[in-house]
Parts: sequence; structure tokens; C-alpha cells
Amino acid sequence: MPTRLVSEDVTPATPAESEGPPTDALGALVTQARTGDRAAFDELVRRTYVDSYTLAFRLVGNEEDARDVVQEAYLRAFRGLKHFRGDAQFSTWLYRITANCASTQLTRRARHRHEELPEEAPLADRSGRGDPEGSADIGELRDRLRVALAELPPRLRAVVVLRDIYDLSHDAIATELGISESAAKVRLHRARRKLRERLYPPGTDGTQRGAEARAV
Amino acid sequence: MRCDQVARQLPGVVDGTAELDDGARRHVESCLRCQAEVVRYRKLLRALRMLRTEVLEPSPGLLGEILAGLSEAGERHMLRSALTGRRVAYVGGLAVATAAGAAGAIALATLSRRHRVGLAS
Repeated sequence: MPTRLVSEDVTPATPAESEGPPTDALGALVTQARTGDRAAFDELVRRTYVDSYTLAFRLVGNEEDARDVVQEAYLRAFRGLKHFRGDAQFSTWLYRITANCASTQLTRRARHRHEELPEEAPLADRSGRGDPEGSADIGELRDRLRVALAELPPRLRAVVVLRDIYDLSHDAIATELGISESAAKVRLHRARRKLRERLYPPGTDGTQRGAEARAV
Repeated sequence: MRCDQVARQLPGVVDGTAELDDGARRHVESCLRCQAEVVRYRKLLRALRMLRTEVLEPSPGLLGEILAGLSEAGERHMLRSALTGRRVAYVGGLAVATAAGAAGAIALATLSRRHRVGLAS
């Protein structure tokens, strides 16, 4: 029986579904902070910094750089709050600033330490575990996904993290990473393909074997 | 239609940002290999989405560092504003003094010229 192509499981999260502090509470604080209320801005920081740090860590891949990124992001947010128009969620606006700071940090780090991975670095499965579907263990899949994400070249990782985890638009991603929208889409495709290859290596994929077996 | 011709579009189909044309759709609906690929991408994107619910706790002290950085930046801004204001006052005062001096000089020159004209006549 043919499979019907639907996107029921992975539709983008609506703002109400996304995680993080309640939007209404943040909205009131943002309004206060925009009038120059420093205490309100400090409270915004308290409520959002763990979320921002998580994103920064996912983008830069280490704690030291993630801390620098978050600090810089809040400084920029503080200076730029008067330009925040409120047509996006504050958290989304903050993600964009964090992504921009992380991009700058990664560029700086690559320039100074020359340690950026080559874009085509092979993502071989070194774990010896090849069939996450067979194990039906979502926890294991997430663990392996975290490892696979960490092994992606930073330029690819940034795009897939911002699009598929934080639901930023292609346009926003392109703007904050300083690349064209088409480049963002190409990187996203490559990142997803590498993750898919890493999690479901050829020859060890139960789904493929099963599908092909049924085809015979 | 071959699998590699539709492979690139499958993640977009799964996340709802792309649609297959009729030919590609017919191929996928009859191709178990492509259907398996759709399943894999669906699981991958679902797992990525689930990571959104996770947060990484930073080691202690980050909040304090952020707030201290903001305070420092705020103080620098205030100092810069004060210095800018003072600079404006100095420049303004200097301009007024210069204008007054120039006006006085013109007045003196005018008086002196009238005096010389009076003596000559």
C-alpha cells in the first residue's frame, strides 16, 4: 500500500507551542524595558539566559565560547531594544541576535585557532550501533543526534539548529549568518543529509531493508 | 522519474515547506526506497524538534557575569553621555564668546572709522 506524503509529525512549532518563558510575561517586561527600565531588562535576562545559553552552546560547541556569545548577545539586545518592533516574539529576536554573535565568534575562532573542521569532513558511524529504529529507543536516538550535531561542521550545524530546532525562517537565518537565502537552503539540505547518513548509515537501516524486502 | 531526482525534495516535503509535482508524487507513492527515505527524514526532524525542549544548564556565575556586563555598559554609556553633554556646553560657550568678540571688534572698528571721518571733516 503506497505511503501518503503528509507532514503531520513535523510541522513547525507555533509560538504557543515553543518552549521558554510565557510570552505574555515577557511582553510586559519588554514594554517596561523599552522605556529604559533596567530592572525589567535584568528580569528578562533572568528568564531567558538559560535558553540563550543552550542555543549558543549548540552553535559554538563549547562552554567558554557559549558564555562569551551569551554575554555579547545581551549587550547587543540591551543597546538595540529600542529598535525591537515587537512584530516578532522577544525570544525569536534574541535567538537571532545570539545566532549573529555565535557566527561572529565562530569566524573569530576559526581565524585565530585555525581549528574549524573542513566542510566535507566525513561523518562515519563509529559507534557500531546502526539501527535506531530497531532499538525503538528515542533516548538513544537523541543521544546519537546530539553527537551527530556536534560533529557537523559549524557552518552546517548553525543552519540546521536554527531551522529545525529553533524554527527560524530561511530569511532570518541568512541575515544573521551573513549568507544568501539560497546558501542557507543549500547548507540546510547538506546538514540534514549528513545527519540522516550518520543516524541511518547505508546497509544498516532497518526501514530500508524492510521496505526493499517488501518490494521483492 | 528516478529516486535521486526526488531525494533532494523529500526533507522539504516532510517539514511542509515543499510540495512534489504530480510526477514526483506518483514516483514516491510507488517507490518503497523513497518512502523509507521519507520515514527516516520524518524521524530525524521529529528528533531535532524534540531537542527544543531540552536546556543546558550553564555552570554557576553566568547570570552574574551577564548582569555585571550590562551594568558596566550602562555606566560607560552614562559617562559617554555626560562627556558628550559637557563637550557640547564647551563648544557652545566658545562659539558664543567668539561671536561676542567678533561683534565687539566690528563695533569698535565702526566707531573708530566714524571718529576718523569726524576728525577729517
